[in-house]
Amino acid sequence: MLEITHLIKSYGDAAPVLKDLRLKVEGEQVVSVIGSSGAGKSTLLRCINRLVEPTSGSIVLNGTEFTTLGKRELRTARRRIGMVFQSFNLVDRLTVMENVQSGRLGYISTWAALTRNYPKDDIRRAFELMERVGIAQYANKRTDELSGGERQRVGVVRALMQRPEILLADEPTASLDPKTSEQIMGLLRDLASELNLPVIINIHNVGEAKEYSDRIVGMRYGKIIFDDLPAALGTEEMDAIYSGTPADERPSMGAAA
Amino acid sequence: MSTVQDHWQKPPFIENKLLRYGLYIVVFGYLSVTLVTLPVNWQRVAEGMERASRIFGGAFPPSFERSGLLIDGFLESMKIAILASVGGILLSVPLAFMAAKNISAKPIYLLGRGLIIIARSFHPVIVAIIFVKAVGFGPLAGVLTLIVYSIGFVAKLLAEKIEEIDFGQVEAMKSAGAPFLSTIAYAVFPQVMPRLVGLSIYQLDSNLRASAVVGIVGAGGIGATLANAFGRYDYDFALAITMVIVGVILISEAFSGVIRKRIS
Repeated sequence: MLEITHLIKSYGDAAPVLKDLRLKVEGEQVVSVIGSSGAGKSTLLRCINRLVEPTSGSIVLNGTEFTTLGKRELRTARRRIGMVFQSFNLVDRLTVMENVQSGRLGYISTWAALTRNYPKDDIRRAFELMERVGIAQYANKRTDELSGGERQRVGVVRALMQRPEILLADEPTASLDPKTSEQIMGLLRDLASELNLPVIINIHNVGEAKEYSDRIVGMRYGKIIFDDLPAALGTEEMDAIYSGTPADERPSMGAAA
Repeated sequence: MSTVQDHWQKPPFIENKLLRYGLYIVVFGYLSVTLVTLPVNWQRVAEGMERASRIFGGAFPPSFERSGLLIDGFLESMKIAILASVGGILLSVPLAFMAAKNISAKPIYLLGRGLIIIARSFHPVIVAIIFVKAVGFGPLAGVLTLIVYSIGFVAKLLAEKIEEIDFGQVEAMKSAGAPFLSTIAYAVFPQVMPRLVGLSIYQLDSNLRASAVVGIVGAGGIGATLANAFGRYDYDFALAITMVIVGVILISEAFSGVIRKRIS
């Protein structure tokens, strides 16, 4: 279970990007976070595994408070959170297998990583997962030879190699064509239930968000203003999430501060 | 009916007219003054022309009589260049990572940059003179000189390449909890590897050329042979050496060009 409370993130003296967020995700829920660009979706996701340092607040994953972890503890704790990226962030010049195994770098020694001496269990798991998402035949190919959809599958398998307790996906389909995009969303949903894994997805495509998730969180300029079942997301709610500009929010912020 | 403007000129590089023409006048004025005041002894130049014609006269035809010496000198230059390249590159890689802003903490970054700047600040000939004084005449001084030279070039350009990498891959490794060296090995090294190979080949080529120059001040190799030939007025042998140097460098440049094209 992931529980975020009072999460605030601000850069310098500017108005905070995240304003006192509260979010709880449990079970094998697929949660989609929607909102216009600059609403803070990506910052929220990156605060969870501290790729972005939260300013204040608490993030607890299955009993571990993430915000107070030291450097070394954070490194080992990060293994418990898988992340999938919009631009895949694969290492182009390495093979698919090396990319997949890079999800295990937090567990194996640097020497084993350098010599590509991966544990048998990890290799077996890699082939199982690659088989599951349909990329096993590419194990020895360089990732830059793959198509977008295939590359994102590598990204998903890499994250799952960590045996994560939660999966974060930061606009995983934004660089993909509509059809591939749906396949990836379907895959994330299926994997969530197969692996009993909660998944948080940042997404721009509201249609896909409604179709593939169990719950939708709508963000607007650093606040969560909608949090309900996909069916509850109507035109009115959509307008509230997507209308306005950050400038409109500022006077009220000034008053609040 | 309003007429549409049909005249357009590129805005001048320096907007301010006074500044623009002032700059032209200053540059032109300085050049004229320099030319006028440069001490040139025309009489000496005339004498020198005569001497030059004697040297060139003596150089033809080139003499390959002592080709044994020439070959020995060249083999030594090759050894110097190869050793210096390997040593220089091995030292350059960690130094480049130290000197990359996106990888290293501030103090380490400054140390790395500082070392590179020191390695770059002197021309190899000056470094060679220092090393010849320090370790004596011969190839060791040449190797040390060219190691410094290689670091100045390879480490600097590699550091710049490291700073340009796609940091998303590093983020991916970080979010998987990878330790520092594993992250470097998986997310950074593959991205800069082609550049490193290219730089290394270029540096080998460049070291071969530089080894001839540093040899002249006593750091061994073909340069030493060439300096000796000049010293003994063996201009025909000197020409032979020069021709071979040019030939070898042409070949090595063509060769390294092909390899660099292949890997990029």
